[in-house]
Amino acid sequence: MTRQAMARAGQWRRLPLIRDPRLRWGLALGGLVYLLLALSTIDVNWARVAEGAGRGLNFLAAFTQPDFISRRGDILDGILESLTMTLTSTVIGVALAIPVGLGAARNIAPLPVYYLCRGIITVSRTFQEVIIAILFVVMFGFGPLAGMITLAFATIGFMAKLLAEDIEDLDWRQVEAVRATGASWWQTMNHAVQPQVMPRLIGLSMYRLDINFRESAVIGIVGAGGIGATLNTSISRYEYDTSAAILLIIIAIVLLSEYSSSHVRRWTQ
Amino acid sequence: MLTLTQVTKRYPTGDRALTDIDLTLPAGQVMALIGPSGAGKSTLIRCVNRLVEPTSGSIRLGDTELTRLSGRELRRARRAMGMIFQEYALVDRLTVMENVLSGRLGQVGFWRSFLRRYPADAVIEAFRLLERVGLPQAIDKRADALSGGQRQRVGIARALLQDPQLLLVDEPTASLDPKTSRQIMRLIRELCAERELGAIINIHDVALAQQFADRIVGLRAGEIVFDGSPEALDAETLTTIYGEEEWDTQGQPADDETSSVPAPPQHLSLATGGTS
Amino acid sequence: MPVTSSPQGTPIWRLRTTRTQWLGYLAWLAGACLFLLCWKVISDNTMWVFVEDAGRQGSDLISRMLPPQWTYAHRLWKPMWDTMNIATLGTALGIAMAFPVAFLAARNTTPHPLVRSAALLIIVSSRSINSLIWAMLLVTILGPGVLAGIIAIALRSIGFVGKLLYEAIEEIHPTPVEAISATGAGRLQVMSYGVLPQVLPAFAGISVYRWDINIRESTVLGLVGAGGIGLQLNAAINSLAWNQVSVIFLMIFVTVLASEWISARVRHAIT
Repeated sequence: MTRQAMARAGQWRRLPLIRDPRLRWGLALGGLVYLLLALSTIDVNWARVAEGAGRGLNFLAAFTQPDFISRRGDILDGILESLTMTLTSTVIGVALAIPVGLGAARNIAPLPVYYLCRGIITVSRTFQEVIIAILFVVMFGFGPLAGMITLAFATIGFMAKLLAEDIEDLDWRQVEAVRATGASWWQTMNHAVQPQVMPRLIGLSMYRLDINFRESAVIGIVGAGGIGATLNTSISRYEYDTSAAILLIIIAIVLLSEYSSSHVRRWTQ
Repeated sequence: MLTLTQVTKRYPTGDRALTDIDLTLPAGQVMALIGPSGAGKSTLIRCVNRLVEPTSGSIRLGDTELTRLSGRELRRARRAMGMIFQEYALVDRLTVMENVLSGRLGQVGFWRSFLRRYPADAVIEAFRLLERVGLPQAIDKRADALSGGQRQRVGIARALLQDPQLLLVDEPTASLDPKTSRQIMRLIRELCAERELGAIINIHDVALAQQFADRIVGLRAGEIVFDGSPEALDAETLTTIYGEEEWDTQGQPADDETSSVPAPPQHLSLATGGTS
Repeated sequence: MPVTSSPQGTPIWRLRTTRTQWLGYLAWLAGACLFLLCWKVISDNTMWVFVEDAGRQGSDLISRMLPPQWTYAHRLWKPMWDTMNIATLGTALGIAMAFPVAFLAARNTTPHPLVRSAALLIIVSSRSINSLIWAMLLVTILGPGVLAGIIAIALRSIGFVGKLLYEAIEEIHPTPVEAISATGAGRLQVMSYGVLPQVLPAFAGISVYRWDINIRESTVLGLVGAGGIGLQLNAAINSLAWNQVSVIFLMIFVTVLASEWISARVRHAIT
């Protein structure tokens, strides 16, 4: 019976998303099997959870009375270090991302340069910041310099990829118009490419500043400076009131930067 | 059947959209509401089913006072009023059948509607309506795959599936070409006659209004300035409604158009906005 | 005015006026000073002896990493499977929680402005705190293991998915919602017929995108004891077995690239 005839008789069901019933049931079964297998890998030590539950409550309670005072020296140093790392790494990272991004744009870069720059981007984007931090700590020693280089490296991958995509999408007629006046390569970049990508570049830099600050709070765990080390210590010592204070400061700074970056973006556009 | 008494709507910005509207619509009458953009036509019909809250006044449908209803009662009252929209207002990613059946949402529980388990009588009626508007083959097409005229037919079927006592129609032809506009207006007119439905139709096109309505009400700057039969609508009343005089007093050259043709609405809304 | 006249009366065109030009220079100067100040803080906290050594350390590191100890790879399948499960289950849990939060946070679907503020607070807290920090906390509470990792990933995903989804909800067309309300539908019905179909493609895209980010994030959770390949990485680094570390890196590299490719394909197919 056609669906029309069935509907005339009052029988109507929504069309399934996947037409082929074998494929549909196969996918559903596959999903179920995966879910069961995946769930079976979770081994929970309930005695340990019961023991930790009290700590969980302590942690939640700590948010009602965070302790900014007893470790204020460490917290202040850590936050300052995080902020300086964030700023320098973003500036250096964006500055380096511009040539890499230009090189990774298929429409303006020669092929060997293109592959090289795409390679840099891929490596930088694939590894989590903490992994990169481990390597740089081994090379440059403990401290904020390793953290700064880590964040700058991660910034290059992030910014260069988006910048390259922007350049690949840009309005080619404007570039041709400038070229038609007899402008050199640099002049073309300055007059046709830069005005088209600049507003987004500034917006993305602000966004990356925000990300770098958040990341600077974790790379301290592996010794790359910043507030992460202080946070790690306070958590492993179960000093949850201090951890809560640090987390609240991080949230406040992220909120502040989000608020101000929305202003900057409105101002640049 | 529908009675509006002293209905006023003032927006929070202070703009007065409607001022002391008194209007009675007998059962089975098709009424066209004409007037320039910004005159308050859309606000008026949205006040009736309370998509817009009137500031003061009373709106009665049969024995029900609509302005005081809340929650469940309001939803029940809305079932009795089918609405047809300018941009069709179909849910693009749902199929035609789902869009039509959504007219029954007020009578079906959440889980039934979420799982699309509509009662058989709703499905039968929905399909019958789709046949009536000429789209029985399209039941499984997505709404965004249809043309403008077809979408408006689906919108009409959805409104009628509510089994309403009254149709509220907001610029049904504004996005359609002239031929399709006529077909849609004729369809609405026929369906109203078949079911003895009353209807309020907001419409820009004065000629269409004259051809298809029993009665015409002219709205200007939130006030009723004309109420009569289509035959009574002459060049002079059109001037009153569309404010041709003000167009002239602003020092614009008046020799380009004669007074029987309404001037472009965007200029008019500026001109009338100053006086209200 | 950008166009002024010289004393001779010939017009001179400049892009900016003198005052804005000076303000521009001043802003650049302030920025440069801030940068140098930050740089000084960093350099004061750095042992430059180690940095001078960096080139030698780096080449030493590479020579220890090569050749990779390939036989180590077959001990990595289980941890890698755990890592994928942490990412997938964490994402699923995260989007399940983010979904209602997004509806409460969107201006056009929230029941009350106060509820909206609360939902926005949840989103911003979740976004501010990296999954690694959540993992550190959860390991002290739940004990080491995959579960802590899954919950850490889920908690971090709420903010990301919630933010993008509520922005998508705020951008829907209002007229279908109006039309569904006009039929006398209840609040939940308006959501499921008027709003949901409009945001579903965006929702699917955001979820897959977050899944691919979570694969990358979950590779390091083991460093703080929350399961997955990070545990092996931590052990290998602590025992200075750099030829095992390089195998782990390669494995992560391939997995992340594959997940990124899948996610890009899926998102491309949806839109």
